Amino acid sequence: MTRPLVMGLWVSFLILPFKGVEAAVVCWVIVAGLLSAWTFLSPYQKRLGAIRQTWEVLSQKTLRSARKQTSLIRGICILCILALPHVVPDYYLDVAILVGIYVILALGLNVVVGFTGLLNLGFVAFYAIGAYAYALLNTRCGLDFWAALPFAVGLSAAAGLLLSIPALRLRGDYLAIVTLGFGEITRLILNNWDSFTMGPNGISGIAAPRIFSLSIGGLSHFYYLVLLFAFATFFVTRRVHASKIGRAWVAIREDEIASSIMGINTTRYKLYALAFGAFWAGLAGAIFAAKMRFVSPESFTFMESVLILCMVILGGLGSLWGVILGVCILVLLPEMLREIQIYRMLALGAGLVLLMIFRPQGLIGGRGASLRN
Amino acid sequence: MFLQQLINGITLGSVYALIALGYSMVYGILELINFAHGEIYMLGAYLGIIFFAFFTAIGLTAYNLPLALLLTVILSILFCSSYGFTIEKIAYKPLRNAPRLSPLISAIGVSIFLQNYVMLTQGATDKIFPHLFGAAGFEFLSVRMTFLQLSIILTSLFLMMILRFFVRKTRMGTAMRAVAQDKTMAALLGINIDTVISVTFIIGSGLAAVAGLMVAMYYGLVNYFIGYIAGIKAFTAAVLGGIGSIRGAMVGGIILGLVESLGGSYISGEFKDAYAFIILIVILLIKPGGIFGRADLEKV
Repeated sequence: MTRPLVMGLWVSFLILPFKGVEAAVVCWVIVAGLLSAWTFLSPYQKRLGAIRQTWEVLSQKTLRSARKQTSLIRGICILCILALPHVVPDYYLDVAILVGIYVILALGLNVVVGFTGLLNLGFVAFYAIGAYAYALLNTRCGLDFWAALPFAVGLSAAAGLLLSIPALRLRGDYLAIVTLGFGEITRLILNNWDSFTMGPNGISGIAAPRIFSLSIGGLSHFYYLVLLFAFATFFVTRRVHASKIGRAWVAIREDEIASSIMGINTTRYKLYALAFGAFWAGLAGAIFAAKMRFVSPESFTFMESVLILCMVILGGLGSLWGVILGVCILVLLPEMLREIQIYRMLALGAGLVLLMIFRPQGLIGGRGASLRN
Repeated sequence: MFLQQLINGITLGSVYALIALGYSMVYGILELINFAHGEIYMLGAYLGIIFFAFFTAIGLTAYNLPLALLLTVILSILFCSSYGFTIEKIAYKPLRNAPRLSPLISAIGVSIFLQNYVMLTQGATDKIFPHLFGAAGFEFLSVRMTFLQLSIILTSLFLMMILRFFVRKTRMGTAMRAVAQDKTMAALLGINIDTVISVTFIIGSGLAAVAGLMVAMYYGLVNYFIGYIAGIKAFTAAVLGGIGSIRGAMVGGIILGLVESLGGSYISGEFKDAYAFIILIVILLIKPGGIFGRADLEKV
């Protein structure tokens, strides 16, 4: 019975120098209370296990029914998404556009982390390259969105190839560190190469995309544009996942040595994965630049990489619907809880730890995903 | 100018070396990049400021400065070690048999948590460590070295000597080396793995606390995000020297400090932070084992 008290004491001891005596006492009461409640309830843990199982079954069931969903449900969903700009105020539309951009990014990262099992901590570098490519081509060379898009996307895919030269010789966590270094180097270059990228001031005055003579400056037009691209991303990654290349990726994730023995050229497929993921990040970057009309290195920090990674992991590594769910949660939740937004990153950090301990496969990960190495 | 930068580089490098030891020891035993280690260093710097301010407030500093400093050091080490111990128990221990990426992601989570924890409790603005020693120092061959720099270098060297002795000669040190070589075998021989891992985290965190405290004194300014970049640099130092090797961490730290201060003054100061990453990528490509490490065979 003393265990909760001791653990509470330990936590308040840790907090003491940072928050003072008062907070430490409060903390002790809270932690000890919660832990004793937990010990008190532990005989009922079997029931908790039952709840968990129900959740598992339910999530699988919803997923399955969603997979073979009737055309009716599908139609209603599509109608809702299409009608969104006509029913909700501009603010929500803005958030919806943000969700769309993050969906493209997260689906791209999912190819690298979820399908192939390579941890990329510098994914934001490709996003930045796409954004800056469009920003520079537009403000310096006067190219419009559609003309600049192939360059932006191609450039970030090429950067993905460039990164894969050193990265593919490394395993697991070393690879993660090198990608992190790549992300930081990219940000430092953007921040310090004043004559080219305008340094920390960023580039402003980027033109909105146009279709023929129609400028897509308005939110609702932009919403449809993002929707189109997000759908394309979803569709293409799904088809690629089901193809020979996709199956090779999954094989590499599950067991690299075994798959190379089976005749899969692991280096080449890992290279495809990195470049393919970077491709989508470049697309998202160009859209982001066109939406904001402004880019600066501040938008492309390590925290952004971690945020995208969290979206992929939260919903379920390797599961496309899971990734979209993760994006929705992590974009919408902070928007809804504006008052407590300063705690957002704190909760994100704690959430990552808890997720890894209790549900490493993500909310609706299930059978398709594994973190095995 | 060159010699001056040399001294600055060695000072900086010995701090990196102290942090690098924590990475190196944990990696040697758990094969985990302890992302949160840089935050422990940051906590050390903050704790130093907090405790020193506390002792100043109760008048101990005015009464007896060395005693106040000593107590500050001891308390910072105590708290940082407690944090390191707790982090391992909460965030890494449940994941010991999990796939390799899980603990790494968990470590990133801890790192984000600690950064924001300090930001929320201590504020987002710079914290100031009072200027204690001024610019007092001595001149040698037209190079100025402050007493603070000298004591940073000497303290680091002293701690590394103790650590080396501990790992080589004591029972616990022998157990640590055994666990690093083969966990299952060590457990079969009656070594308590959990204790060894806890001790590793406690020692590593204590060293990081000292490093943080010394940096707080040296620069006088501390912020909640200093841990991330220092952590990456120290990790680079550990990889450079050969991860898992104490000697390697020392040498790697010094080299990194030198590159940073010489490169910063002769090539470009703006890209000071990029050197560490470039060195890291190059060393991983050319000699992934580092200077003192051995090539690592992949086990099936």
